Amino acid sequence: MEKLLPARERLLKSKKSSLDGEFRGKIMVILCAVLMISATIAITIFLGTKGLQSFTKNGISIIEFLTSTKWNPTDKANPAYGVLPFIFGSFAVTFLSALIAAPLGIGGAIFMTEIAPSWGRKILQPVVELLVGIPSVVYGFIGLTVLVPFIREHVGGLGFSLLSGTIVLAIMILPTITTIATDAMSSLPNHLREGSLALGATRWQTIRKVLVPAALPSLLTAIILGMARAFGEALAVQMVIGNVRNLPSSILDASATLTTIITLNMGHTTYGSVENNTLWSMGLILLIMSFAFILLIRYLSSRRKVR
Amino acid sequence: MVTAIKERITLDVTAQEYREFQPEHILTVKNLEIFYGEKRAVNGISMDIGKNNVTALIGPSGCGKSTFLRSINRMNDLIPGARAEGEILYEDLNILSDDINVVALRKEIGMVFQKPNPFPKSIYENITHALKFAGMKKKSVLDEIVEESLQKAALWDEVKDRLHKSALSLSGGQQQRLCIARTIAMKPTVILLDEPSSALDPISNAKVEDLIVDLKKDYSIIIVTHNMQQASRISDKTAFFLSGDLIEYDDTEKIFTNPSVQKTEEYISGRFG
Repeated sequence: MEKLLPARERLLKSKKSSLDGEFRGKIMVILCAVLMISATIAITIFLGTKGLQSFTKNGISIIEFLTSTKWNPTDKANPAYGVLPFIFGSFAVTFLSALIAAPLGIGGAIFMTEIAPSWGRKILQPVVELLVGIPSVVYGFIGLTVLVPFIREHVGGLGFSLLSGTIVLAIMILPTITTIATDAMSSLPNHLREGSLALGATRWQTIRKVLVPAALPSLLTAIILGMARAFGEALAVQMVIGNVRNLPSSILDASATLTTIITLNMGHTTYGSVENNTLWSMGLILLIMSFAFILLIRYLSSRRKVR
Repeated sequence: MVTAIKERITLDVTAQEYREFQPEHILTVKNLEIFYGEKRAVNGISMDIGKNNVTALIGPSGCGKSTFLRSINRMNDLIPGARAEGEILYEDLNILSDDINVVALRKEIGMVFQKPNPFPKSIYENITHALKFAGMKKKSVLDEIVEESLQKAALWDEVKDRLHKSALSLSGGQQQRLCIARTIAMKPTVILLDEPSSALDPISNAKVEDLIVDLKKDYSIIIVTHNMQQASRISDKTAFFLSGDLIEYDDTEKIFTNPSVQKTEEYISGRFG
């Protein structure tokens, strides 16, 4: 570069630089970030105020709301607003579906990364991606036409049940768990594998005692992300779970979850009514739960030991 | 001599006795060729590896010395497309053959890698890890082996008060000695070292070198190194590799003072490589 100007002119920050492309680019990305943050905060605040109205304005006791099993908001004389059955339903399908999907997903991940990294991955990867792509309404529809009659005839009950919801959700969260678990396993440094094999450990011993423990925080993250998805899923569950207000007494009983009650009732309640407000309160519970899931994931990723 | 050995075999001696009886050479390499797919990385080498010796493999990067080393305990099996031809005889058995139980082989021919690779577990568990797989469960026995192997690896005094702390809290040099300790714990006959001190500072390096010299009483050691001084300090025999060929293999003293091949001298004196 020609040095016609003195160093002072060439190298000092000019006042004008605040207007050049550097600055404009910076503003643009800051705006994007601000927009995302404010949207999240706005939703949280809105849901917070709306969700709390049933307690502050309509005078429903929080304790009763969370612990009563009676849900009868349309009874004019003696309405009851207990959502415990739905909270129970949500947690039940979430944990049960994770219980099914976690071993399958992690097993699939181990198969893809450790056992058959070349052809196994070639086959399973597209399968998993396809599972992600199927819309939840299709899962629900298949559940309704295949799973519900199957359970009714071969297992018992009406078919519409916690079990149906669990199975449909397990299939839906399987790709989430598999994908993240696969990433976790394949990002393990190769020297861990070699170190164990070089000591005369078998492949299975290495997987069980070295690789899975080393990837455990990430594997738990995979399961929790799957659970978060299961907890928030509404449509597919609603189509197979039966939607009753009672606490289910067995896995074959029909049930309901927070999300299914919201989607079922939001259409026919008037905005601002007590029943509508209680739906917002359920939404708030969902939000709080997803915060809890995120906190849990944060905690786990801070414990990740091997990089 | 050979007939004597054969007689011993027919007498059904234990492997341990047989090993003690066997003289000089622990490994015999015959026309070993190693391929990665189509590419040939090692071009038909033959050599005898001395028992209770330190054998150094030197040569520029990509000359095939690490590939050769990894073939001795079949770590190349993990690399898709890698295959070996020829023979590596260990107690008269070709360990490259398909019917070798590689898991059992690796218990006898242990390996330590370039980058220290302790498991993300406690120091104690790092050593007991493979022992437990080998069927040792009794705590008193495990305790004893842990202490013994850490003593041998000259690490015991530094870690005896924190055996149950994470191995990742150790320094790089300590981690590498831990990796050597957990290999020793398996009581192998041969220890393969792939540039074990290249990632270490000079002081840790010196400790690892002392350790290697110390270990040859009980083990046969093969070490790949880029450090000429290291090779000349610790090894009994040195093999110089170039582009997949074994150029020269002789007593270390001879190689470093009066090599018979021009290329060897050029490499050792730093004129290429």
